[in-house]
Amino acid sequence: MKRKILASILAGLVTISSLTACDNKSNSGDGDEIVIGAVGPHTKDLSVYGIPVKNGIEMAVKEINENGGINGKKIRLAIEDNQSSDSEVVNAYNKLKDTEKVVAIIGDVTSGNSSIVAARANADKIPMLTPSATDASVTQTGEYIFRACFTDPVQGEIVANYSVEKLGAKTAAVLYNADDSYSRGLFEGFKAAAEELNLEIIAEETYNNKAVDFNSQLTNIKNANPDILFVPVYAEDAALIVNQAKSVGVTSTLVGGDGWDGILSKMNGGEDALANSYFFSGFSTVSTDEKVQKFVSDYKAAYDSDPASFAALAYDATYMMAEAIKNAGSTDGAKIIEELKKLEYDGITGTTKFGEDRNPIKAIMVSSFEGANYKYIENYEVD
Amino acid sequence: MDIFILQLINGLSLGSIYALVALGYSMVYGIVKLINFAHGDIIMVSCFTMYTAMEIAGLPLLVSIPLTLILTAVLGIIIEKLAYDRLISKGVERISLLITAIGVSIFLQSTFQLIFKADSLRYQAFLPSKTISLFGIEPSLKSVVTIIVSLVLMLALTLFVKLTKVGKAMRAASEDASAAKLMGINTSNVVAFTFAIGSLLAAVAGILYFESYPRIEPYMGGMLGLKAFVAAVIGGIGSIPGAMAGGLILGVAEAMTVSIGLSSYSDAVVFGILIIMLVLKPSGLFGKNIREKV
Repeated sequence: MKRKILASILAGLVTISSLTACDNKSNSGDGDEIVIGAVGPHTKDLSVYGIPVKNGIEMAVKEINENGGINGKKIRLAIEDNQSSDSEVVNAYNKLKDTEKVVAIIGDVTSGNSSIVAARANADKIPMLTPSATDASVTQTGEYIFRACFTDPVQGEIVANYSVEKLGAKTAAVLYNADDSYSRGLFEGFKAAAEELNLEIIAEETYNNKAVDFNSQLTNIKNANPDILFVPVYAEDAALIVNQAKSVGVTSTLVGGDGWDGILSKMNGGEDALANSYFFSGFSTVSTDEKVQKFVSDYKAAYDSDPASFAALAYDATYMMAEAIKNAGSTDGAKIIEELKKLEYDGITGTTKFGEDRNPIKAIMVSSFEGANYKYIENYEVD
Repeated sequence: MDIFILQLINGLSLGSIYALVALGYSMVYGIVKLINFAHGDIIMVSCFTMYTAMEIAGLPLLVSIPLTLILTAVLGIIIEKLAYDRLISKGVERISLLITAIGVSIFLQSTFQLIFKADSLRYQAFLPSKTISLFGIEPSLKSVVTIIVSLVLMLALTLFVKLTKVGKAMRAASEDASAAKLMGINTSNVVAFTFAIGSLLAAVAGILYFESYPRIEPYMGGMLGLKAFVAAVIGGIGSIPGAMAGGLILGVAEAMTVSIGLSSYSDAVVFGILIIMLVLKPSGLFGKNIREKV
């Protein structure tokens, strides 16, 4: 019996070494570790997104290694900071490729920087999986580029579908930030879907970066009195808008996208303005799922803060990449992306598989509010 | 029609905050010919003071507000004494004063960013977010309170400047500082007092501003201060009724621009009004045309 085990281990080792031997492109397959790169903004202004992503990746890698790594090999994480700057992104990528010789990349975090990394990674045939870049063009770069989050227009479409199907909306108003591509992307997806669903958009209001006064827009919306008011903006602005909507007497149901994540921490006493509001996200800390609860408590223990959806997406993205590398049994980029395309992964942000365009197909989580707490409503998938 | 009146109220509410801040610019300019670019940051300081009093020290509202008003007024005097007083008494060129004011502004912003970090902060707003019924329309309570408080303060200020001894001294110093000095007025004290009143009004503006727009950041005073300065120039810098009129005009113009769906142009309208005013009547609505003596 013992000899049999020994033999199979030996056989396994031979297979792996022979696999890596003929694969001379990526040196990191040699030895007993697999190098995965993580690039993102860990300092300066975009670090609010970059740090949670980095935390999520580190947590996943630590867990995978504790559970035996990938096919017996430990993952070594090569982390590079792009310093929230376009030019540093290139340096960071080059370092990952040339010095660290990474097998795959988890990152970048924001759409602008991800496009830069994607162009190079695709040319160098390094599989890249961005946890959080939502601009549609990022994965259109080429077949080596995947993403774990919803694109902006798709999210807008989902919101429109849910509003009609579950909230029974017939009329809608939108208030979005005309300067922000995320906000515009959600609005455009929403508008396109609304037309198909006969959801009439009766008020379309905009604002610009740094605006704090939304009373005039909201007065117009109040006057139009739509069933729902879609506010596809980030939590900072959404908190102000929700507050002012209540002040001027808007009674429509407010709905927001994943940008609303963290809005409760910005309401300070005005939480009642959120009653009867819904928001959609890839991840919700109040989900009853066991995996999610374990992730939330582990994350809190490690980083002393609640995980945002950025961290959760990064955590899942890392597991998906590890799974694909494991299934490929190789560190060859072409083999890994074939496995990513076939992958169906059940993680904390739902069950993800990749569609034709390497964007995720999965359910979205719908949340509402109860006093000063988030309330999980359901997982929703457009048929 | 109703919606027009509601939008007018939105505009007047925003405008009365501009007006309160503009008064500080105008009064200081009237007396020492200094464009105090640090004035916008006084609003920011008052909001952080409220935050510290309410959230960190846990003081009740009725203590926090007077405390904030007093501390902000004192800060106005401290800034005047430390940064401007010596320059003013030495009679340095106006450009040196202006640059000093920009320096004070950067100092305040950076100091508060250092202490409170760049993330936005908030305390619990005290006015409820709701509408009230008023002559058949339903404006926001916050807007109505903002307008009323501002109007009362402006009226009080006007009476104060007209009727009290200090007010007379302020007017005298604004007309001719050296002549006022010869008449036995301590102009240095008058200047300090003017800074204190300006800062006090800014503190009230800051507290009202937070009620409607609950978000405190170290750089929040920048754009608000700039618009209030524009309001002061439109009304005729140095003129107290001018600052009030200028502020209200800007607020209403901004709200109306947004209400017809041109939110992207609201800043352009504000600064467009400034340009038109400077071309047609450079001294502003209520400004006096005084020739520079050579």
